[in-house]
Amino acid sequence: MSNLVSVNPVKKAAEISSREFLVFSLGDEEYAIDILKVQEIRGYENVTRIANAPDFIKGVANLRGVIVPIVDLRLKFRLASADYTQQTVVIVINIGTRVVGIVVDQVSDVMTLTAEQIKPPPEFGISLPLDYIHGLGNLEERMLVLVDIERLLTSEELAIVERVGE
Amino acid sequence: MDISDFYSTFFEEAEELLGDMEAHLLALDVDNPDMEQLNAIFRAAHSIKGGAGTFGFEALQRTTHLLENLLDYTRRGELTLRRDIVDTFLEAKDMLHDQLDAYRQGVEPDAEAMARICEVLRKLALEEIGEPASEVAPAATPPPASGGAGQSLSVALLGVSESDRKLLIEELGQLGDVLETRGEDDRYEVLMQSTASADDIEAVMCFIVEPEQLDIRGISPEQLPVPVKAPEPPPKAETKSAARPAVDSRDSGANSSIRVPVAKVDHIINLVGELIITQSMLNQVVEDSEFTGDGGFASGLSLLQRTARDLQEAVMSVRMVPMDYVFSRFPRLVRDLAGKLGKDVELITEGKSTELDKSLTERIIDPLTHLVRNSLDHGLETPELRAAAGKPGTGRLTLSAQHQGGNILIEVSDDGAGLDRERILAKARSNGLPVSDNMSDEEVWQLIFAPGFSTAEAVSDVSGRGVGMDVVKRNIQAMGGHVDVLSEAGQGTRTRIVLPLTLAILDGMSVRVGEETFILPVSAVIESLQPRADDLYTMAGGDVLLKVREDYLPLVALHHAMEVSGAVTDPTSAIVVIVQGEGRRYALLVDELVGQQQVVVKNLETNYRKVPGVSAATILGDGSVALILDIPDLHRLSQSKKASDAVARNSTVFSSKEVSAS
Repeated sequence: MSNLVSVNPVKKAAEISSREFLVFSLGDEEYAIDILKVQEIRGYENVTRIANAPDFIKGVANLRGVIVPIVDLRLKFRLASADYTQQTVVIVINIGTRVVGIVVDQVSDVMTLTAEQIKPPPEFGISLPLDYIHGLGNLEERMLVLVDIERLLTSEELAIVERVGE
Repeated sequence: MDISDFYSTFFEEAEELLGDMEAHLLALDVDNPDMEQLNAIFRAAHSIKGGAGTFGFEALQRTTHLLENLLDYTRRGELTLRRDIVDTFLEAKDMLHDQLDAYRQGVEPDAEAMARICEVLRKLALEEIGEPASEVAPAATPPPASGGAGQSLSVALLGVSESDRKLLIEELGQLGDVLETRGEDDRYEVLMQSTASADDIEAVMCFIVEPEQLDIRGISPEQLPVPVKAPEPPPKAETKSAARPAVDSRDSGANSSIRVPVAKVDHIINLVGELIITQSMLNQVVEDSEFTGDGGFASGLSLLQRTARDLQEAVMSVRMVPMDYVFSRFPRLVRDLAGKLGKDVELITEGKSTELDKSLTERIIDPLTHLVRNSLDHGLETPELRAAAGKPGTGRLTLSAQHQGGNILIEVSDDGAGLDRERILAKARSNGLPVSDNMSDEEVWQLIFAPGFSTAEAVSDVSGRGVGMDVVKRNIQAMGGHVDVLSEAGQGTRTRIVLPLTLAILDGMSVRVGEETFILPVSAVIESLQPRADDLYTMAGGDVLLKVREDYLPLVALHHAMEVSGAVTDPTSAIVVIVQGEGRRYALLVDELVGQQQVVVKNLETNYRKVPGVSAATILGDGSVALILDIPDLHRLSQSKKASDAVARNSTVFSSKEVSAS
């Protein structure tokens, strides 16, 4: 087909689907989530433990009067070691009306990715289950794992959200 | 802007109007009706009809129209009121309410029910007035009061934005012929010819604009614009409101309250809570640093503290609504039920202005309704029986509310027959409850709160299905309150409900276990003590009992239930708090009592899920979160943990990891 016909739609689609992502690291892997889901980033402190919960639920924290659960994905998916250092931060995520904090090793960047830069995820080699991966972001030397954070945090596996009938 | 944006306003206002209508109808003295009340009832119907026409709610409009006609005859003295006519009006009002609900849910109202009530109203008009009630089909038909082929009107819109104006002009177009429009934002005039009266136009439009934004007056036909000819100057003198700026269009003395979503209030409460925490952190910092500064700093800080507390109180009071909100729905219920049961009942309400948290008023309605039904059905006797007992024929049912410290006391009392001790005991025996004849009256009365307990001889559609008092009790306990009954044979029954004023604040006792702080509701705490080794008894299953005076109470170690490490495990060097919940008492082992304070209750389920043994959370003075313990649930949790521990001990190969992962 002629170039004229094919180039334009592709470019258009790329513009529409180019989105901004917040890049963070868990262990040696770099992950990225849709920045529109991020409410804020805060330090890891003052988390009150919740008894009889799985170990990756670190507890709850006070976010200006709102009680927010804090999840450590490193523990859930056995990523590297789960140390708490100066760099350890909590990304506060909005899913619908809910607010959840996730512990990450480090927040590095905000990146814009176009649709062309997003590739389907490989079958293996990523610590997170494929169900929660949108795709891979290719950026020169770096490879970003794009996480479907909403799906992940509302998953039965994490059991943060109580389901009807439970 | 779309007209559907005004739907919710209409629904709310119509709901209020219907409430007013019912209150007036109930208060109406049939033999000597008060003109003011009749007018008020008429006006309510009229406004609803107008709004319904505007929004195209045809069923609602038609039903209201028939009712309005009858009300019009009544207020003009052409229809003489009787009790059964008032009943019909009330029925029609209920119908309107149903229709309103249907429209609110976006469905068409039940056509059959509407046809039925319309038939009743038409028949009433035919019989009493001797003329058929006028049918209505087109939108916003003029009421019979206005007549003629039409009149010329000037409708001035004061301070109405352009988008609203367009909408209004469309509306006016349905009411008559719009001949000309002119003017600016602050005064925009619509000249029109209409068969509708000024009142009608106002009724229709006041769902979109405030009444004082309208200035409607009749004008002589000459003042109307004639085609080709230049428009006449605006009719007559401008009213004083002409200069009113658009911004204060909603601000008038008549409108002294505003509607605010509860979520907004809760958000303010959250922020105020944060302010107080920040303020106490500041205090802490100053104390720790031994910074004295000058006197101005210290006094400024204490002023901040006081203002913050006042602010918190003021914000909390926004959530409070008077008990009238609850009580106002009972006159109707009592009237209908008494009629159905053939009883003569006078309802007395006391303490209507007593305030209670909005969320609690909503939850108290069902239990109270149940108690009132019970009193009417089982408590109060028929006039004949009352006369035989030497009591006045009219029974008295009293609803009262009053503040008592941090609680509200709500009472439902009647001067009926009282509870029947023998029958309750007999019923309890047949239900297999452990009873004896020498139980005290108080203990016997408590039996009616047992599940499946009903002494009504026949199951009526009023009450007596045996689901009831236990649900009442459970609901009230769920609100952090309790209920008890006093009764005397032949003298009546009095049910007392004690509730906390708000669920948003709780009197808490903070306790420390290991490094962690937990909050116990003070209402659940009976006493605390340091156990002696002699008073501890270890049972076969590993359970420990603590002897407190005559009672043996199970010991629940908080550090075990809540998996706290580093806690004091030897009971004799720790503290036990005797707690009570859902009628069960136990001893809770903690390291230390820290203090007592009011805490703001925060829901954990908003962003997380239900946590076993925990009812909610709160934020402490240092900004950290502390969990508020759920006393009954904590006991259950501790039992199930003991059970799973036993399993873990028995299964040696599949170690505890398997158990905790399940």
